[in-house]
This record gives sequence, structure tokens and C-alpha cells, in this order.
Amino acid sequence: MSAEAAHHGQGHGHDHGHEGGASHGSFGSYVTGFVLSVILTAIPFWLVMARPLESALWTGIIIMAFAAVQIVVHMIYFLHMNTKSEGGWTVLALIFTVTLVVITLTGSLWVMHHMNANMMPMSVEQLRHQP
Amino acid sequence: MMHTDTAPPGTAPVFHHEEEHHPETSTLLGFWIYLMSDCLIFAVLFATYGVLGRNYAAGPSPKDLFDLPLVALNTSMLLFSSITYGFAMLAMDKGRTAATQMWLAVTGLFGAAFLGIELYEFAHLIHEGAGPGRSAFLSAFFTLVGTHGLHVTFGLIWLIVLMVQVAQRGLIPENTRRLMCLSMFWHFLDVIWIGVFTFVYLMGVLQ
Amino acid sequence: MFSNVDLQKLVFGRFTLADIPYHEPILLVTFAGVALGGIAVLGTITYYRFWGALWRDWVTSVDHKKIGIMYVILAFVMLLRGFADALLMRAQQSVAFGSQEGFLPPHHYDQIFTAHGVIMIFFVAMPFVTGLMNYVVPLQIGARDVSFPFLNNFSFWMTTAGAIIIMISLFVGEFSRATWLGYPPLSGADMSPGVGVDYWIWGLQIAGIGTLLSGINLVATIVKMRAPGMTMMKLPVFVWTSLCTNVLIVAAFPILTAVLALLSLDRYVGTHFFTNDLGGSPMMYFNLIWIWGHPEVYILILPAFGIFSEVTSTFCGKRLFGYASMVYATVVITILSYLVWLHHFFTMGSGANVNSFFGITTMIISIPTGAKIFNWLFTMYRGRIRFEVPMLWTVGFMVTFVIGGMTGVLLAVPPADFVLHNSLFLIAHFHNVIIGGVLFGMMAGVTYWFPKAFGFKLDPFWGKMSFWFWLVGFYVAFMPLYVLGLMGVTRRMQHFDDPSLQIWFVIAAGGAALIGCGILSTIIQFVVSIRNREALRDTTGDPWGGRTLEWATSSPPPDYNFAFTPVVHDLDAWYDMKNRGYARPLQGFKPIHMPKNTGTGAIIGGLSVAFGFAMIWYIWWLAALSGLAIFVVSVAHTFNYNRDFYIPADTVARTESQRTAALAGQA
Repeated sequence: MSAEAAHHGQGHGHDHGHEGGASHGSFGSYVTGFVLSVILTAIPFWLVMARPLESALWTGIIIMAFAAVQIVVHMIYFLHMNTKSEGGWTVLALIFTVTLVVITLTGSLWVMHHMNANMMPMSVEQLRHQP
Repeated sequence: MMHTDTAPPGTAPVFHHEEEHHPETSTLLGFWIYLMSDCLIFAVLFATYGVLGRNYAAGPSPKDLFDLPLVALNTSMLLFSSITYGFAMLAMDKGRTAATQMWLAVTGLFGAAFLGIELYEFAHLIHEGAGPGRSAFLSAFFTLVGTHGLHVTFGLIWLIVLMVQVAQRGLIPENTRRLMCLSMFWHFLDVIWIGVFTFVYLMGVLQ
Repeated sequence: MFSNVDLQKLVFGRFTLADIPYHEPILLVTFAGVALGGIAVLGTITYYRFWGALWRDWVTSVDHKKIGIMYVILAFVMLLRGFADALLMRAQQSVAFGSQEGFLPPHHYDQIFTAHGVIMIFFVAMPFVTGLMNYVVPLQIGARDVSFPFLNNFSFWMTTAGAIIIMISLFVGEFSRATWLGYPPLSGADMSPGVGVDYWIWGLQIAGIGTLLSGINLVATIVKMRAPGMTMMKLPVFVWTSLCTNVLIVAAFPILTAVLALLSLDRYVGTHFFTNDLGGSPMMYFNLIWIWGHPEVYILILPAFGIFSEVTSTFCGKRLFGYASMVYATVVITILSYLVWLHHFFTMGSGANVNSFFGITTMIISIPTGAKIFNWLFTMYRGRIRFEVPMLWTVGFMVTFVIGGMTGVLLAVPPADFVLHNSLFLIAHFHNVIIGGVLFGMMAGVTYWFPKAFGFKLDPFWGKMSFWFWLVGFYVAFMPLYVLGLMGVTRRMQHFDDPSLQIWFVIAAGGAALIGCGILSTIIQFVVSIRNREALRDTTGDPWGGRTLEWATSSPPPDYNFAFTPVVHDLDAWYDMKNRGYARPLQGFKPIHMPKNTGTGAIIGGLSVAFGFAMIWYIWWLAALSGLAIFVVSVAHTFNYNRDFYIPADTVARTESQRTAALAGQA
């Protein structure tokens, strides 16, 4: 086993113990993740439903930030992401995907916003009521 | 520079393995890559919602339509199902078949409740004349949320099939591998839902 | 209660006998040809009692080598169809001037250019690329098979199912007239109410599932199945470009799937994503489909770059110059390919800052590509170059691709693009890079790896004929289009008024005829080579003096590829083995663990054709039935746990001793 592992190049996971070598987390980590995500869900809902903050802009920014944190929490505690599983390939794939998701989202919004601004200047009010 | 040799100098290099070489299973990595590709499907739907989500075409807007307490209830269903799936995986690790099956069943019930609430919401919207054909905003809304719901439906079917297979053959390596894939799928859907309730429901009501 | 019309609608959807185009002589003749050819093929198979072997050894095979060969056969068959479309277009455009209407009415001509684009990209270039990667990658990394052999078989049959749906449209109903990317609102329900766009959607969706799954499969294979010692920086360049290509497939094809699904919703359910009314935005479709479309360009060209790298270093007898820079260039292209999509629609009106961003990223992407050209040139420099057929294609590529690349950089300048957008200059540009890059690469790859797959070389004379016809034909066919494009002549025209343009189109038609001779030469090459196979036979398994692992095993390789898993010490693993006195193991063989064949892939593929056909024609009962059947077959497949077997050690020993005898006889 160890002789075989020595021949493995980088990129081969070495944890042959588990089927596939993924970690599963423990009771404690699942409960931690659950409690954190309940908090991270409840606060944004409270911010929007009770509106303790006057500014819609700041409320928006805060709930987006909470969402980002909650996604990370889920990744770590439920999906058991870490830099070691599968020899780092899962994290690499995730980083690549997140990059492309960001490019797709911001790119589309940016490009289409400029197209709308240049080609059919309309106020939000007009857009809302345009047939 | 490229010429590195693992054999010590003086000995003949080994060019093949005498023993059968077993590469580790690729299933979990392959499934993860599939999830990443699914992520991009959702990226397109989110981008579409982002670009078209304010084109109400003189129709209803999120403020008029969305019922946040209902969404909060729905979110809690999905969160509960996530932790119960986690408990199923812990039971599976300990090799306890009955406990695994029990937690899987609980997960399935929470998933079904989520779907039921979502279908109720959709039916309510369509009944109010706010169906997917009403405006680009509603098209994008129904497609994004509906695609997530469709994924949950597939997850439920998969869960039932796996429960049958576990009942038939127990927690053999093939089945535990499948349960781990479904675990990734289920938690992945939860991550997508975070995006949905924040970006669609909360931001929608905020505007 | 049911009138006749209702019953007919219920059973046949919107299909009526009038949808069979028996009044179109061109289609009728084509159909007769296809039918006669089909009957001849079926008759031959029956006569030689080949059905059982066909099903057992090919249709149900999970062997990556056989699946790779089937992909390439699919690509060649579809190339004939796509090229026939090209000939029709060139012929029409060379005669339809002034009062001459030509022989193709607009509605037919529009279907032909749509079909030509769709077939050439999705069902010629893609199967070519996937087929070669499937065949070569596991051999080059010293693996027994791909990570998911069943999925591989399934992917192939889904791709084939998509191709079948596109081919059905030739004889039942019509094909899309909305261009190869189906831009709305033209492809929307209002402007294209017929079945054409639906054929296009379902053909691509079904084939797209196959493409995506094969992408996942090959990424997992390259990451997980490499031979011991083969670190990432010891991967053959073709494997590196395949890895990047498949990463692009996994990241890009879901976008196509989603966009097509949104368009389908617009057409079937009445949503308003890309409509002109109720808040829809057709330009959003352009934006999304090109986020897939530009990476797709690199999905096609990167494997070709890999092939040229392998061919150059083999036929120059040298290690590839600048291996590391080649790898980095490939990775940079992979990432940059996601940052350039807007250059396909500079004229949309996003304004100067957006256009300049995308113009600059487009120009930047030409830098790593240029670096690759220099690497190949420096590999050739002071190399012992053997101008065999694969090397000819490579040299032809380098010259042609540089010209195509330069016209691409011209188009990357937004003001220039405003003049050249939608002109024949663009047509000339992308044919320049796709023929000069992808097609030449695939021809080089087929010639290079053919002896590996079948144990004998392809006839070099007809290979050279094919190369020269293609090369000269390409320039004669497309240089006039550059000229016309610079004059402002637009694409997709069935008829022109200005007779002074005609001479250029006549020259281009001549070029197309020359390319036709090239394709004919390839067919003759196959026939001649099969007939002379004993003279062309290669028993060494290494006919070209190769450098990578696929040449270490016999030609064709045994089912298990390698009796013992190779251990890699150097970049050019096989060259290293030959150099340092590698001795083939002659005993001590062990049983080999292999996956079992399965018919599930072919069955689901067949059901998908039925499902697609039913959705296209609104035959809802058939759609429900075939959809249910797909579901049942898929679930039933997961209940089969008995998926592998062992090749006994004495079978391995027998196969290997046959090879020993062949090698001895050859020496």
C-alpha cells in the first residue's frame, strides 16, 4: 500500500481508508453547521420583514453578505469541503466554477445594463409599466 | 529539468507494476464535477432573473406577490432536511442500517413538505393571474425557482430508490457511495436555495 | 364527440402527410440515395450474419477504444451530409444573380445553411474531437479505460440520437431556418411556428447531454486514472489540451442547455424570456448563448493543438520545445475564453467601454496562441523532420491558422467589426480557423493514430492527395470570401442583384469542388488502405517512432490496453522506456478487472429519439410514454450491481504471447 502510494504523483489522493476518501464530519460539526445556518437565515429574514434599517441599499448589502457567509458555512459543514479531499481537485473545481459563475452573473448584468442604457433609455418606472 | 527518476541511481528503472494497480474510485470527484456543471445552469437562471427580473410589463411586482413567512417556513423545511440527511450519513458511517433508513425517510418527508409548500405557492400565484406567461419577471421567477424544485423532486425520487436498494442489499460499498453522492446533491440544492431566498425573495421584497 | 381532426391530432400531433416533402425533387433523390444505401448496409450486415457481433462487440461496448472509433465514424458520416449542404450553397450562390433565381428557394436555402452550421459544429467537429480524446487519452495515461465506462457508451448514444433527430428533419417536416445559433425573435414561436426550430432544439439538447457527460468522464479520467509517476507536468500535451477542453465542456455546455431550455419554454409554454413583448429581451439570448459559444470554439481547437504538438515532436524526432509554456498557454486560453464572448455582438450597442474591454481581452487571447505557434516552429528547428502525412497537415495548419488568426485580430477591433459584422469576411475568418485548425488537426490525428487503432497504416499517396486538395481547395474557396466581405457583401444570402460579384462566387464554388476531391481522396484512401492492409501492416505497435505511452502497447491494443500498469519517469514516457532498455514483461500475468458491456446506453439513446420526435411534433402520448420508459430503464439500470468481470490470467498470457510471436516474426 505504502509502496504504491509512493508511486502516486501529485493529484492522487492518499486516503485509501474510506471509500473515495471523503470526510464525513461528526455529529458536532453537523449541529454547528445547522445552528450557524439557522442564525444566518433568520437575521436576513428579520432585516427584510421588520426593516430595522431605513436604507434599502444597506439592508440589501447586508443580506447578500449573510448569504455569502451561509454558503461558505454549508460548504464546510455539510459538503465537507477542504483543501485535502480528492487531492485538492474538488476545491480547484469549486474555485474555477465560482469564477465562472461570477463572470456569467456580473458580465451579463454589466453588458445588458449598458445595452439598455444605450439603446432604449428608460426610467425604472417606464420599464415597470412598459407593455 | 523534466528528467526526474524515482529509482535510485545505479538500479534499473521500474517501468511497470507487477501488482494489479487499483486507481481509487472516481465517482465522488465525477459527481462533484457534475454538480459544478449544474451550478452553471443555475448561474444562467440567476443571470436571467437578474437582467429580466424588473421587467414587470405593467404586471405585479415581487412586493405584491411574495409571502415572506411562507418562504421562511419553506427555507426551514430545507434546512431541517439537510441536518437529518447529515444524521443519516452519520448512522451510515456507523453501519446502522435501520437508523440510516429512518433518517433518510425523515429527510424525504421534509423534502416533500418543501415541495408541497412550493407547489401551493405556485398554484396561488397562477390563480392570481401571475403565471409564468404574465411578464419576463414572472417567467424568470418561475423558471429559477421551478428548476430548483425540479432538482428537489429528482433528489426525492433518488432517495426513494436508494432506500429500496439499501433495504435490499444493506450498506454495501456501492450503496454507501451512492448515498454520499445523494448527500452532496442534497446539500448542493440547499446552497442554491440560499441564493434563491436571498436574491429572489428577500431582495425582491426589499425593492 | 371526437371529430376526425381531433383524433388525428391526438395520435399524430401536428404531423400530417403534407409534412413529407415528396414534392421536392432534391430531397426525393437524396432520400432514395439514403434509402438504397441503408438497405445495402443492412443487407450486407444480414448477409454476413454480423448483427450479433455488431450488438455484442460495438453497440453495447464500454471499451473506450471502440467508442472512440464509433465517434469518428459518426463524424465522417455527418461530414458527408454537412459537406453536401456546403456544395449546395456554393452552387446556388454561384448562379443566383440578377434574374436568375437559382435552384434553391429561400426557405430551402435557409434550412441548408442552418443545417450546415449545426452539423459541422455539433455532429462533425464535436464527435471528431470527442472520439480522438476517447481513444487516445486513456492509452496515453496508461489506464485500462475511462473512469465511467458505461457513461461513455451512454454519451456516445445520446450524441448519435441527436444526430439522428437532425437527420430525420431532412425527410420528415423541415429543419430550422433560424441560423445555427437560432437567434430569437426569429426562432421564437411567432416567427418560426413550424417544427424546424424544435428539431434544432431537441437535436442539440439530446446530443448536449452526451457531450456534457463525456466531458465529466474524461476530466475524472485524467485526474484519477493516470499511471503511477505521471505527474501533471509529465502529462503528454494532448492529454493536457484534452483536460482543458473537457473542463471547458463541463463549464460551457450547461449554459447551452439552460439557454435552449429557456427558448423552449418561450416556444412551448409561452414565457417571455426572449420575446419582444411583455418584458422579454432577445439580446439576453445573444449574451447567454455566446457565453457558451466562445468557449465552444476553444473546445474544438484545443485538442487540435494537442494533436499538432504530438505530431510535431514525433515527426521531428525531438522533445516538444517549451513544454511548460505550452501547458501554461493552454490553461490561459481556457480561462480567457470566458472573457471574450461579447466580441460576437459588438454591434449590439453596449457602448464604447464594454466593447473596448472585450476587444482587448480578445486581442490578449491571441498571445498564448501565438506562443504555441512559436513552440511548434522551434520544435521543427534543427529537427530531423519526416514529412509524412500527419506532418503535412501540421505544416498546412501552421500557415493557414496564422492567416485565420490575424483576420480574427482584425475583427477584434470594434470599429472594424462594425464594418465587417455579418459579412462574408467573418465567414472566411471562421472557416479559416476551423478548417485550417480543427479539420486539419483531426485529419492529422486520424492519420497519426489510425495504425494504432487498426494495426496498419493509411495509404500515404491518397493521404497526400487529400491534403493538397483540402489545402488548395480551402484557399480557392475562402480567399474570394475575404474579398467579398471587405466589399461589404453580407452572409446568408440566397440571391444577389449585382452581377459583378458573380465571378468571386464562381471561384469559391471551384474551391468547394476541390475540397470535395479532398474528401473523395480520403474515402479512396480508406478503401485502398483496407485492401492493401497486409502491405501496410505494422506489427511493432510503434510505426512512427512515437514518444508517448499509447505506442508501448500492441496495435490494435488488447481490451485491457496494458498487461501491466506502466510506471512513468519522464515526460516522453515511451521514448524514455525505449532509451533505457525497457524489456516487455513476458510472464507473471494477473487477472485483469474489467467493466461489463451493457445495452442500456443504446436503449436510452433510442428512447430519446422517440421522445425528441414526440416533443417536436406535439405527440404528447408518445412523449409521456417514452419519457416514462427512459425513467424506468435508467432506474432499472441502477439495480444492476453485477457490472464487472475479470479477464483470466491465462487469457492475458495468450494475448501477450501472440504479440511476442508477432514481434519476433517482425524482427
